Amino acid sequence: MGLDFSIIPKYMDIILLGVGWTVGITVAAALLSFVGGIIFAVIALYAPWLVRQPFRLIEWVFMGTPLLLQLFLIYFGLVQIGIDLPAFVAGIIGLGLHFAVYNSELIQTAILAVDKGQMEAARTLGCSRAQALRKVVIPQAVRAVIPPIGNNMIALLKDSALVSVIGVSELTLSAQRVIGKTYRPFEFYILAAAFYYVINLCMEWVQRKIERRISISR
Amino acid sequence: MTEQTHFVEIRHAQKSFGTLEVLKDISLNVERGQIVGIIGSSGSGKSTLLRAINDLDPLTGGEIWLDGVQVNKTLPHRQYEKHINELRQHVGMVFQHFNLFPHMTARENVTMAPKMLKGLSQADADRLAEEQLDKVGMLERIDYYPSQLSGGQKQRVAIARALAMKPKLMLFDEATSALDPELVEEVNLVMKKLAEEHMTMIIVTHEMDFAASVCDRVLFMDKGVVVEEGPPSVLFKNPTQNRTREFLRKHIEGAS
Ligand SMILES: Nc1ncnc2c1ncn2[C@@H]1O[C@H](COP(=O)(O)OP(=O)(O)OP(=O)(O)O)[C@@H](O)[C@H]1O
Ligand SMILES: [Mg+2]
Repeated sequence: MGLDFSIIPKYMDIILLGVGWTVGITVAAALLSFVGGIIFAVIALYAPWLVRQPFRLIEWVFMGTPLLLQLFLIYFGLVQIGIDLPAFVAGIIGLGLHFAVYNSELIQTAILAVDKGQMEAARTLGCSRAQALRKVVIPQAVRAVIPPIGNNMIALLKDSALVSVIGVSELTLSAQRVIGKTYRPFEFYILAAAFYYVINLCMEWVQRKIERRISISR
Repeated sequence: MTEQTHFVEIRHAQKSFGTLEVLKDISLNVERGQIVGIIGSSGSGKSTLLRAINDLDPLTGGEIWLDGVQVNKTLPHRQYEKHINELRQHVGMVFQHFNLFPHMTARENVTMAPKMLKGLSQADADRLAEEQLDKVGMLERIDYYPSQLSGGQKQRVAIARALAMKPKLMLFDEATSALDPELVEEVNLVMKKLAEEHMTMIIVTHEMDFAASVCDRVLFMDKGVVVEEGPPSVLFKNPTQNRTREFLRKHIEGAS
């Protein structure tokens, strides 16, 4: 049995649906990881001791254990305590929080690296510390870490394939299903890889656009 | 507690960083509309004294009064924060390194605080930005980012940003010492203009000529004390203290 790419069009709709899920989950989880990363960073740096502790636990779980286990825990484990999430929501939360923890590390470092004069200038105008953080310090910190956060988001895209284990028909699982029917693993895995590559390119393009837009305001 | 009668009144200010005593029992009064210069060698405590006035470096002893209100009064933490934030709205500060917000245009730098703290509408904020930036000669650059401005232009925007809060006191901490020599004058001109408008100002400076030309009084500080003070005509021409004479000789020779 040689290679036969001509059978691809017949199953393209299934694959494209998988692409849709992968893109949707990646974008949603990326946004969650970004906002969550900022919130985690602020808590880690400024919240009172008692508030920090539960977040340290979350951080430890999401950094110290496999993502696969985290997805199982959120999807299957939470049901036991009455939280029954749709698989794709569980996937978004798992991926989002996992990468939020990594983004938080970057943002924390960047917040501490913002020139102290920035906070002082805002405070001398009469801003509270929270106002100064929100308007002055955090926007600068976030701008500074756009490139490494972009790298995390590419990693997030690749790890999104893991949500197939809880039954979300994203790109990898869609390819597998088609292969189950056609016994054409090479063709469809190559096709899936090509789509991942294209999504990857799109993300890099968006990242470059953002970087170019903010370069003047740094 | 005695009645406060001066616009700015510093009584027995004392400040230590750990075991390092940086301000040793400094008392100073400034009247409304007065311009006071502070000179002195590096590390003498000039910045610390200036930064105590708006509580950036809180005193460890003594009192500071501003327009009838004690700056460093004893209050529970939350109330103290509120009190300080309110008070700082009336005290503009200009830093040696400008500290403009790099992610905001000149307009946004100027309007950020008035919008957030005084609830100005966008239209009112725009008018305020135009007015303040015009005053410092930066209207044409209103939508430029700090990275697109020269040092002198940045400092003028920083002054406009402080003025936009309509402060009743302006503090300058070596506003021109990070600038290339050819850019000093444009900033000095803005400060002179403020002087003509009778803005109350306390100016820490290394520029003796400038201090002599705008200040009503000049203080010479050394090692955390005010060694000598007086009108510039007296302090620069006929200083009574040896330390002042020595500082001036070094400084004026070094500068020319
Ligand atoms: N946050 C701080 N912690 C510890 N020491 C400090 C701090 N700020 C200032 N100092 C010390 O206090 C002393 C006075 O500093 P200050 O900045 O007030 O001097 P200055 O007269 O403004 O000097 P310069 O002309 O160099 O600006 C210096 O010895 C300085 O090292
Ligand atoms: Mg100083």
